[in-house]
Amino acid sequence: MFNSRIAIMVLAAVFSVGLMVSVPTFAAKSLTIKGSTTVLPIAQSCAEVFMDMHSDVNISVQGGGSGVGIASLIDGTCDIADASRSIKDKEKEKAKENNVRAYENVVALDGIAVIVHPSNPVDGLSVEQIKKIYTGGISNWNEVGGKKTKITVISRDSASGTFETFNELALDKERVRPDALLQASNQAVAQTVSRTPGAIGYVGLGYLSSAVKGVSVEGVEPTNENVINGSYELARKLFMYTNGAPEGIVKAFIDFVLGEEGQELVKKAGYVPLI
Amino acid sequence: MYRIRERIYKGLFTLLAFASLIFLVGITLTLFIEGLPVFKEVGLFDFVFGKSWYPTYEPPDFGILPLILGSLWVTAGAVLFCVPVGVGSALFINELAGKRLKAVLKPIIEVLAGIPSIVYGFFGMVVIAPFIQRLLNLPVGLTAFTGSLMLGIMATPTVCSISEDALSFVPRSFREASLAVGANRWQTLTRVVFPASASGISTSIILGMSRAVGETMTVLMVTGGAAVIPHTLFQPVRPMTSTIAAEMGEAVMGSTHYHSLFAIGLILFVITLIFNVIAELISRRFRKKLGLGR
Repeated sequence: MFNSRIAIMVLAAVFSVGLMVSVPTFAAKSLTIKGSTTVLPIAQSCAEVFMDMHSDVNISVQGGGSGVGIASLIDGTCDIADASRSIKDKEKEKAKENNVRAYENVVALDGIAVIVHPSNPVDGLSVEQIKKIYTGGISNWNEVGGKKTKITVISRDSASGTFETFNELALDKERVRPDALLQASNQAVAQTVSRTPGAIGYVGLGYLSSAVKGVSVEGVEPTNENVINGSYELARKLFMYTNGAPEGIVKAFIDFVLGEEGQELVKKAGYVPLI
Repeated sequence: MYRIRERIYKGLFTLLAFASLIFLVGITLTLFIEGLPVFKEVGLFDFVFGKSWYPTYEPPDFGILPLILGSLWVTAGAVLFCVPVGVGSALFINELAGKRLKAVLKPIIEVLAGIPSIVYGFFGMVVIAPFIQRLLNLPVGLTAFTGSLMLGIMATPTVCSISEDALSFVPRSFREASLAVGANRWQTLTRVVFPASASGISTSIILGMSRAVGETMTVLMVTGGAAVIPHTLFQPVRPMTSTIAAEMGEAVMGSTHYHSLFAIGLILFVITLIFNVIAELISRRFRKKLGLGR
């Protein structure tokens, strides 16, 4: 009885360990992409289509954040590092030590629109006002030129790429007020804002619709053109770093992302294409 | 030949019977292995009683008290809804409804249990939340109360069908004896049938609660997701389950955040385990009381 119990436990342990160990894959050519969760959807959808076109290529796409991606590029465990910021000087030095030359490829632009209910008279906000609303300094619309209504702050889950971008561009990495509603997707934020008269939220530029009102930031409308010409403040470039100028299979993939088909996927993922 | 076959079948079915045990041990082990590192880094006390949940900031805060309270508030609200409705309908079905009505009502209540939780989520988000917002003039309709209402509806079939079983287990002789000494139907119901089945009904309530506390998709969609310690039922909360569901996909594997989500799962598991043990203890006492053996 005792023995059989031990046997069962061992079996269970083997079973659960087995689940955690991923099975290595063998393909003719393989490509590992790692890094920013913001760029992840682009890398993922491009990799899927690219693999459909080239059946002998196997691409593995992982998240982890820009820092993790660049670190992996430096120590040689990935071929392409996704990043939502440019490489830091410290990382450049480290790359030099390891004989890696980080080559910057801009693959897309990321803009974030701040949205309110269509009935809200507020048309524009400054970055400072947005920051105060999200961190707790301003809690009524009449403080920013609107009606006397309590502001319902809607944010994204703090692990998401959109949150990461917004947090960096608008909040200086300060903490969002604890009573902010956290929604799991761009659609859920837009849905909640469209049903809540006093709400403020933010979504990737690709998720703007007529059900909500996108306010101007520092007087600039949230449009793709304004992101591309650089006048809209809540926007940034997205990168894929490679070791040296891309060659071979890496070049084929980067070219695909920058091509018409890849940029179409960028748009579909809710980002601003370069062309 | 016959013997060998018999043996094979016996072995096969023994294996199948133990399969769930293997899964249970496997799941528990995974929860412990992946969850325990957090307690080393954050400390059990600070984790369970910490008041702020900021897992991705620098420096991070891993306090899940708002999440635990969020789950408990939503569950408590659900109990307020599903107990009167569930027990009430069980009493009606068992005591008052005729055979034909009973044949219609029971399946209808059981169909409620078969509706996928995401459908409850849609319904709550699109219909109930805006309705509650307008009715009570709240800033936002996604509140603990909205979640309670949806979970209450979801837990009603559990409460109703187990309560109904408990009521039907009360021996006929109890009722007959009561009516024979001159008690009317109401007196028989409240002073004989109800006390005799009280522990069965309590079991049903606790099982309903454990259904409510573990529900994920619905609360993710309708409770708003603000990780604050709730003061009323009418403000947004962030239950434990929806935290895990919303953050698991984007937590970096192997990070403290990742482990902390497993630890939340572990604590949730302990809570539902306590609920189930209590339910089991009560139902044992109940069977003994009615002389039904174990």
